[in-house]
Amino acid sequence: MIRYTEKIRQAARQLLESGKVDVFIGFRKGTVPMMSEPTLIRNAQAAETLHWDSNCGINLANYLPKRSERIGIVAKGCDSRNIVTHIVENQIRREQLIIVGVPCEGMVDRRKVTRMAGGDILDVVEEESRIIVTGKAGQQTFDKKDVLQENCAICIHRNPVVYDELVADLVEEQKDVDRYEDIRAIEDKTPEERWEYFQKLIEPCIRCYACRNACPLCYCPTCFVDESKPQWLGKSIDRTDTMTFHFLRAYHCAGRCTDCGACERACPVGIRVRKFTKKLEKDIKELYDWEAGLALDERPPLDRYRPDDPNGFIL
Amino acid sequence: MEGNYYARRKFALLKNLLEYIGIEPGRLHFSWISSAESTKFQRVAKEVSDAVQAVGPANKLIKELAEVA
Ligand code: SF4
Ligand code: SF4
Ligand code: SF4
Repeated sequence: MIRYTEKIRQAARQLLESGKVDVFIGFRKGTVPMMSEPTLIRNAQAAETLHWDSNCGINLANYLPKRSERIGIVAKGCDSRNIVTHIVENQIRREQLIIVGVPCEGMVDRRKVTRMAGGDILDVVEEESRIIVTGKAGQQTFDKKDVLQENCAICIHRNPVVYDELVADLVEEQKDVDRYEDIRAIEDKTPEERWEYFQKLIEPCIRCYACRNACPLCYCPTCFVDESKPQWLGKSIDRTDTMTFHFLRAYHCAGRCTDCGACERACPVGIRVRKFTKKLEKDIKELYDWEAGLALDERPPLDRYRPDDPNGFIL
Repeated sequence: MEGNYYARRKFALLKNLLEYIGIEPGRLHFSWISSAESTKFQRVAKEVSDAVQAVGPANKLIKELAEVA
């Protein structure tokens, strides 16, 4: 994937030089290893700073809502689906965008790598399907597929769904992946066990809201967690407040979440917040045969109905 | 009328999600009752009340008062 960098720079340079876009949104290398970070550039010279590798897991669609300029944006499969969602929800117009599509091969989970490398990482070199990590304990080589983010390992939409140009040929989509094994395992537990499971899951949460901030779906001018009249939930780390936060955040993403993993990636204490959102994703697929962000001309599932929708739970 | 259909999707997901996090099935109920259906209203109210009593007191998603030392 690292080879995409030059193509992305070229595309950005050309778009900015020709004046087709006012701003270009992509990634640059971060200051520490495995932390590529979003960057917005406004002139062609700055295209040199753009970068692409397997650490570009943040979702760039997060930077689009309410912008009025013409924008060039780099988009892997999941970013493109969130871009579609933004267009459908009128957060941005398709005409404003020039989408530089990246056929994605999955993003690396830096926590997993750090764990496997046995501690702090000093340097990382990425090759085609391997990453070579230098830590305090010396050098180690990992197969990229063994250190993918969980959501990337089960991703079935790696190619962008909308784009104006592509940086490489489309990749083959993964077939026969079981997207919901973990969710079914939770569903199979008793209510008591499930409650315990989620209490434990959210226990380390410090309510920093990084998961919310990283998610492109969260663009309300005032989030329910910040409202004080009424105050929907307390500001403390009371268990009930924390559970309510996670429950409602997930619910607000229903039918819109693309399982991009940006929320999980952003969490400083490693909470697997996708355990909430994936349940909704699964139910919406099963009940309404819907996957988020695939079509520009269809209303999202909670904005429509069919008279014969499943009904069994209504008395 | 249409609103009922939109709401049905939202409630289906809400119910599933609540049960998924460990709220006992049987606590949450939905029904469609028109203002002309008094018998249905009576029946459903009784069903709901019986079902909720069977599950017992709710002790999840409640807040305990902070203890002041
Ligand atoms: S979710 Fe899919 S498209 Fe997004 S980074 Fe992972 S593999 Fe790529
Ligand atoms: S909830 Fe998480 S996985 Fe879903 S779109 Fe938002 S950041 Fe991505
Ligand atoms: S990012 Fe992690 S710690 Fe912060 S609010 Fe979200 S789950 Fe809690």
